[in-house]
Amino acid sequence: MKTLMSGNEAVARGAWEAGVRFASAYPGTPSTEILENMATYREVRSQWSVNEKTALEAALGASLGGVRTLCAMKHVGLNVAADPLFSSSYTGVNAGLVIVTADDPGCHSSQNEQDNRYYAQAAKLPLIEPSDSQEALDFTRMAFELSEEYDTPVLLRVTTRIAHGKSPVTTWERAEATAPAYERAMTKHVLVPAVARPRHTAVEERLARLQAYAESSPMNRIEWGSTRLGVISSGVAYQYAREVLGDNASYLKLGMSFPFPAALARSFISQVEQVIIIEELEPFLEQAVRALGMGDEHPIVGKSLIPRTGELDSRTVALSLAPALAAANGRPAVADRTPANPPTDGVDPEALGAFGTFGTPATGELASLLAPGRTAEQAVGRPPMFCAGCPHRGVFYELGRLPVMVSGDIGCYALGAMPPFSAMDTCIDMGASIAAGLGFQTALDILKPDKPKRTVAVIGDSTFFHSGMTGLLDAAYNDVGVITIILDNRITAMTGHQENPGSGFTLSGTPAREAQLEALVRALGIELVQTVDPFGLAQVREAIAVAMGSPCPSVIIARGPCALLKRLAVRRPACQVDQDTCRKCKACLRVACPALYVEGENVQIDAETCAGCGVCSQVCRFGAIKQAGAAEGGEE
Amino acid sequence: MMSDTTNVMLVGVGGQGTILASRVLAQLPLDAGLDVKMSEVHGMAQRGGSVTTHVRFGQRVAAPTISPGQAHFVLAFECMEAARHAHYLREDGVIVANTRRIPSLPILIGRETYPDDIESRLAARGADAHWLDASGVAADLGNVRAENTVLLGAFSTFLAFPEDAWTQALRTVIPAKHIELNLAAFAAGRRLTQR
Repeated sequence: MKTLMSGNEAVARGAWEAGVRFASAYPGTPSTEILENMATYREVRSQWSVNEKTALEAALGASLGGVRTLCAMKHVGLNVAADPLFSSSYTGVNAGLVIVTADDPGCHSSQNEQDNRYYAQAAKLPLIEPSDSQEALDFTRMAFELSEEYDTPVLLRVTTRIAHGKSPVTTWERAEATAPAYERAMTKHVLVPAVARPRHTAVEERLARLQAYAESSPMNRIEWGSTRLGVISSGVAYQYAREVLGDNASYLKLGMSFPFPAALARSFISQVEQVIIIEELEPFLEQAVRALGMGDEHPIVGKSLIPRTGELDSRTVALSLAPALAAANGRPAVADRTPANPPTDGVDPEALGAFGTFGTPATGELASLLAPGRTAEQAVGRPPMFCAGCPHRGVFYELGRLPVMVSGDIGCYALGAMPPFSAMDTCIDMGASIAAGLGFQTALDILKPDKPKRTVAVIGDSTFFHSGMTGLLDAAYNDVGVITIILDNRITAMTGHQENPGSGFTLSGTPAREAQLEALVRALGIELVQTVDPFGLAQVREAIAVAMGSPCPSVIIARGPCALLKRLAVRRPACQVDQDTCRKCKACLRVACPALYVEGENVQIDAETCAGCGVCSQVCRFGAIKQAGAAEGGEE
Repeated sequence: MMSDTTNVMLVGVGGQGTILASRVLAQLPLDAGLDVKMSEVHGMAQRGGSVTTHVRFGQRVAAPTISPGQAHFVLAFECMEAARHAHYLREDGVIVANTRRIPSLPILIGRETYPDDIESRLAARGADAHWLDASGVAADLGNVRAENTVLLGAFSTFLAFPEDAWTQALRTVIPAKHIELNLAAFAAGRRLTQR
């Protein structure tokens, strides 16, 4: 009996089946559900770490200590964890260690679309790329075997469509794993220079043995179809290639794509006429294929046709391949498409005969993929927005009215950059707001020493714990007057409500020691610390004014729970507009609340949606918005 | 070529239960022993953004997503979302859409107005569109949140799966405490399109 599982569920299941006993992660889309699923297995101790670096360090420690361990993160999280990643390659493992990187081609919810396959190459670790949920489960199990057999951490790479895509999976039973008892191994685990030098040699030898394994690994396979075209692919890109070309091509399908199985690839290429490398993002496989030097005999194309930016889909692949296939069929060659501009306009009917076919016209699914694109209907966009009752709304309303530079960070509050607030200058990476704000403030101080503008850093509670604390210590230590607002909504909200050191609970839901923000920032050296209720605009305004009155670095903690956090939900009566008092100025719409809407000349408040936070009533200068049952409204 | 594959795109607004409806739909081919792939993108869904899921089923399904021009059906939980995704339809594709209108951010802050000609514009393009007041039907049943299952019921008559297969899928996916309401909502939706 098969069950429908997402790739993330399948990775967790595979790890559990492999006998994993410890798992660590920092949440990040599209990786978050891996640990959320791990936490449902009693046999596994699963934890949220404060960031990816500590998650991987903990994972390596657990592996050396003797338990099979899984560590998961999103692609940019691996940047944070890159230091222990490279070291773990040298130390090797004791019990199996698998590191999952969840990449995000198309930037569905990320600040970039880096291709983390290069991390495997750079850190000299085996790389595994499942292309559906069954492979995610099976390959995860195999990765643990590989890790122990070759004494190496294994990098398992999924992408958004694998992580969040569901497909049928056959599951297996859990097998308990035992690793050798821990023994102190100074010449392997203590990476001082005298140890690191010989370890580098050991890593190179390991890589050679891993390459030999890749040549015959069951994760790498050839699927024979027409030999006129040979496709080399991995991950979800393989599925798009299959969708478009079906049995009209042969496939070298790589589940273990680094070290590259050169002999297998040579054998495959020698048996096909033309080679097309179909991969998302960078030409990672293409570089390895071209290095084989077989292009003269067997023409090779890759990124000259397949877009290098954005995620692929079947249509993009079909339209990208059409000109090359037409050329291969003896029709006039079409110039390479610009990789940055994937074709969207349909193709010359002449080219259609090329697919599939090398003779017959495209039919069915393929014909629909190649059909001239319909234009989208003109309709208003639907960008995400702050929820009704969101504690961030009032803070960004006030920041938008001030002549300050706002250094933003990663979280829901990045929406503060959007109209109508337009209250953010930068959003760089997790935890960057405070240090980047420090730098910006320093530049302002240098350029306009007489009348410097002020910089305000805004950062969420979880992001502050992740890597904002060090930036604040920098500001305190170097005495740079950046004003930091910690938006403490008591949860990691953006990724779907994960616990964090300030929320009072662990990943498994047990009560936890609660980190004290006020004491923490004071201990870092901040003297001016103010805590405000972000639903009280006057309080927020006053606190910012006090902070701007001081030249020193200071912190404002805006503490109000996420509107979606049920355990801290406050029931407040909905707000109403008194249409007789209302002057129809629509100033209240500037808080961009989903509960407020315009009906004719009137602004109305949807009582079902309204959370009764009262921010709109404080914006109204005429006292026209009142909470049901309350006596007064506006405060200005 | 996987020309036996059926492609259904479900589009709506965060909080409308689009993903739950997709899970019910994906359960049917799984129970029937077919291959199925479902793709959803999380992230900002709870913050009033657009939610899109892709469900594909057939003998063997490769790609997890539906490309523009490839969908047999667009199941729209909100009026404007139907228009925003109509270009995903094949030439012979069908739209089943809820008439509910949920204004988006640019409309809420008064910079845009909600288009009032969506039904006629889609009709002018020759789209085979079936408009239903799924939210109204759900409200009559006592809970507007069941609009997703009403719409699913209305859509069910367009596929070959028998009614008891749908009921089974609903029981598999929907938590027990909500199942009675959802079975009623499904039946009410099915009556809207039964011929």
